[in-house]
Amino acid sequence: MSVLSVEKLSLEVPGKPILSNVSFDVGAGETVAITGETGSGKSMTALAIMRLLPNAVRKTGGSIALAGRCLEDLSEREMCKVRGGRVGMVFQEPMTALNPVKTIGDQVAEAVRIHSGASRTEALNRAREVLNRVGLDETQFPLGRYPHQLSGGQRQRVVIALAIAERPALLIADEPTTALDVTTQAQILELLKGLVDEFGMGLLIVTHDLAVVAEISDKLVVLRSGEVVESGKTGDVLRYQRHPYTRALLEASAHQAHLPEWQASDTEVPLLSVDAVTCAYPVPKTSLFARRDHFTAVDRVTFEIQSGERVGLVGESGCGKSTLTRAILGLEPIQSGSIKIDGQPPHEVRGRVQVVFQDPYGSFNPRHRVSRLITEPFHLLKDPPKGDDRAARISEALTAVGLEPNVADRFIHEFSGGQRQRLAIARALILKPELIVLDEAVSALDVSVRAKILDLLADLSAKYHLAYLFISHDLSVVRSITDRVLVMKSGQIVEAGVTDQVLAEPNHPYTRTLLEAAPVLPDFSSIQEVSNDTKPV
Amino acid sequence: MNRSRLNWSLLIGALLVSIFAVAAVISLFWTPYDVTGMNISARLKVPGDGYFLGTDHFGRDLLSMIMAGAQTSIAVAVIAVGIGMGLGVPLGLAAAGSRGWLDEVIMRGNDLAFAFPALVIAILITAVFGASAVNAIIAIGIFNIPVFARLTRGAALSLWSREFILAARVAGKGAARISVEHILPNIANLLIVQGTIQFSLGILAEAGLSYVGLGAQPPTPSWGRMLADSQTLVGLAPHLALVPGLAIILTVLGLNLLGDGLRDLLDPKLRMVRR
Amino acid sequence: MISYLTKRLASLFASLLVASIVIFTVIEVIPGDPAAYMLGMNARADTIAALRSELGLDGGVLERYLAWVGGMLVGDFGTSYTYRTPVADMIADRLWISLPLALYALCLTIVIAIPTGVFAASRRGQAGDYGIVGATQIGVAIPNFWFAMILILIFAIQLRWFSAGGFPGWEKGFWLSVKALTLPAIALALPQAAILTRVMRSSLIEVLGEDFMRTARAKGLTSWQTILHHGLRNALIPVLTIIGLQFAFLLAGGIIIEQVFALPGLGRLVFQSISQRDLIVVESVVMLLVFAVIMTNFLVDLAYAVVDPRLRVAR
Repeated sequence: MSVLSVEKLSLEVPGKPILSNVSFDVGAGETVAITGETGSGKSMTALAIMRLLPNAVRKTGGSIALAGRCLEDLSEREMCKVRGGRVGMVFQEPMTALNPVKTIGDQVAEAVRIHSGASRTEALNRAREVLNRVGLDETQFPLGRYPHQLSGGQRQRVVIALAIAERPALLIADEPTTALDVTTQAQILELLKGLVDEFGMGLLIVTHDLAVVAEISDKLVVLRSGEVVESGKTGDVLRYQRHPYTRALLEASAHQAHLPEWQASDTEVPLLSVDAVTCAYPVPKTSLFARRDHFTAVDRVTFEIQSGERVGLVGESGCGKSTLTRAILGLEPIQSGSIKIDGQPPHEVRGRVQVVFQDPYGSFNPRHRVSRLITEPFHLLKDPPKGDDRAARISEALTAVGLEPNVADRFIHEFSGGQRQRLAIARALILKPELIVLDEAVSALDVSVRAKILDLLADLSAKYHLAYLFISHDLSVVRSITDRVLVMKSGQIVEAGVTDQVLAEPNHPYTRTLLEAAPVLPDFSSIQEVSNDTKPV
Repeated sequence: MNRSRLNWSLLIGALLVSIFAVAAVISLFWTPYDVTGMNISARLKVPGDGYFLGTDHFGRDLLSMIMAGAQTSIAVAVIAVGIGMGLGVPLGLAAAGSRGWLDEVIMRGNDLAFAFPALVIAILITAVFGASAVNAIIAIGIFNIPVFARLTRGAALSLWSREFILAARVAGKGAARISVEHILPNIANLLIVQGTIQFSLGILAEAGLSYVGLGAQPPTPSWGRMLADSQTLVGLAPHLALVPGLAIILTVLGLNLLGDGLRDLLDPKLRMVRR
Repeated sequence: MISYLTKRLASLFASLLVASIVIFTVIEVIPGDPAAYMLGMNARADTIAALRSELGLDGGVLERYLAWVGGMLVGDFGTSYTYRTPVADMIADRLWISLPLALYALCLTIVIAIPTGVFAASRRGQAGDYGIVGATQIGVAIPNFWFAMILILIFAIQLRWFSAGGFPGWEKGFWLSVKALTLPAIALALPQAAILTRVMRSSLIEVLGEDFMRTARAKGLTSWQTILHHGLRNALIPVLTIIGLQFAFLLAGGIIIEQVFALPGLGRLVFQSISQRDLIVVESVVMLLVFAVIMTNFLVDLAYAVVDPRLRVAR
């Protein structure tokens, strides 16, 4: 008998369906993944099982059974025993998932106490055991630690600890690694796999990342707009790609933009030269009389970008890449070294370098129209274009990024995330800059949208002989879109070279770690025709 | 959210506020009786009986006094909120835009100003300059400055870290220009809502100051002083206390409802855009 | 923690220093010659000079300021010009009414507001919530001195449960005095309780939407356990700020309420002093009130550190 059995589950917010007729099973010791893009209803499925849906969402049909027992029949009191007892849950955002004013020991022990009625001491002992099991050993992580003293990955381990403290039959993990760096992600996935094996529990993992799906799951459910498109053994679904949507998702995930050959120009002066740049922040003093310490975010970084060259900058969170970006844009003071754009300091040649940010929702003033938003860089011109000339520039920029010129009169909230990123590129392009800095510009987008934006960048670089610095935490994105790549760790560039070479034969151990940690989609293209059940090697 | 509730707050609030605003404006030209005219033969009349809201112990018409008192209340509160916004908002914008030492100076000054409640400022001013409506305005106005400065700084700081502000900086815009062009329009809603709240607090404060004799002096009509005058007679003629009290409550209630209604009206849109 | 404390202490002393300079400047520097101001326009020059030396007002501004501050540090607040008695004694007598009144009102405010706010937040969008929100809407609109008059009208004049005003003195019996302070405390507390209820409600509603509340539910806590064990402590952080501000407001607002109930507290003293132009008394009372406000803010900052462990590390 399966641990969890979801039968024709349907949900709606009044008037709008969220899930329709979703069915799947999770067996003991089995890992099932639910995948889909934003708005596919995958997280709602997880919350519906826990009976923790937001107030506006109603269940309109179907049933959810845990080990044969229908969860709808339980009273709220009985359901509380199920939550955290029979079913544990892990959430996406480890930074906010823990109560900031309670110690980690108390939070894990609480999960033990409410289910087993153990004494405080017993519960704390049990909490200690569980925290040890999830990799937070007692010398470094005593029970009295508060969440703000831990990193994101460590907090996620605490969340996992309190979810498994009572050895549940089923663990639900909703995008458990999305907010984490690749190396941490690999460790957390490893931990989850180990727990499934050790406890023989079922694991239901919700993720948008097909590479994670391929790495961890036995069975796969593909959702689109609340409907199951396809489900089955993970290997089969990914290999045969029977449904066009599954195929589209896979193609977008593995998408390689066609980057035109870089034409090195014969100029002597590099477009961007970053020479031994150091940026440091003052750290708050630990006592009134202590010397003020500094945290070095960027440590003697040196590199160049030639005209028309496309360079990737890869590193994990906190490595200093954002600080470096802001320094190149002239928004951050540097302590030593120099940044020159065509031989001049950044703030003197602002128009020649433009930027696209990560968050498609926060990048625009919600009160201005598109025409005003994308012409903001005109402020840099002594004699900004007016009237017809201005309109022509606007429509040129909009057309270049694949939007209709007539969207110029709209407000930003009328656009989707992908369209907003196009508008951000239009704003960056409008001054015809020579260098664009793309700061995690595709990280917040769904795979299919991301693929299109990457294609657009490849096109634009050829059309305008545009150089760009593409900053990302994700090596696989950089692969297809850059000529050269820089790998950054703790403020320093540890490896630099031609992208294909670095990815194929990394020199620095850190680059190797990054590459090994990143889950990759198995390459099914060559074995698609083979129709036996053996897993691809 | 609940659309009908939203409209009710706004509707009732706007209605109450406009009743008193209109009464104040009319009283500039006309009141049913002379505001200061005493009529000993018509003392302490109950509401109705020829006088809509009755008369006081000098035979003065309460309705006329309420209408004229609305003038004082509204004028004091409006000017005091004006002082608070006019100085507090630029200070808050400057603090958020500059960070560094200027921010530190403004915020320390702000903390200090919070240590002086409006009543204490009024006591200080009155002790040296004597009581008057102008001093009440200054006291309440000074009290409003740190309120608006802190609110503006907090909201502006959260906007300064947003990417559209970074984009404006990349476009070469300076802190002052960004504050006016990007920050101010995006915190205007917040300021309007806080403005109505401070307006209502101003009316309460004016009434309190006038009640203890630190505000408007005779013959300037004032709700607070009407209450002070009624105190010894409250057992004999409760309407003397009820009428000005209800005027204050209804005005303040109206302003608060208006503020709530405006927040509901303006905020969800803003939130939707911000996600 | 140590650095947090030293920082707060430094800012406490800085605030007190600047506040004392401001008050001193307004009272003793702006009027020109305080002695002349106190005696009025028709005073003769030698009378003014005599008063000046009697009150210790001759000498330079800096000298006088230092003498004033130095005196306060050892409990000498100067001599009242009208009563010719030490100001410190006068204030001490009155403080025994004003301070208990403010504390009494603060206790009432907290006892009423916190449970009501928590209840309203837990019933968000339901009838009970609407009822409480509506009541607080009216509560914040009521001027406390008017409410005091209505309380007198009902409970003293009509029902005769309480006296309409006056204070027997603590030596006449504790409960008698508490009874005399009850109506004033209620008049002060209810409008403030309305404000605090609203703050408590909205703060808790915000916390209810946090991710860690969902984690707590997923652990198996009931919704009430989640609110009490995880929500309340986090929601209290903004509530503490308001409680701090309210104590200042209650102390200052008490001055007005004392007028309504004819209580011989600081309010009486300060209004008499204003009408008698007794600047030295006004100066001292104002400094005392401001001191109380600044101290309250300091204590609230300390309370933050207890409630929120994130503040205990240096930021």
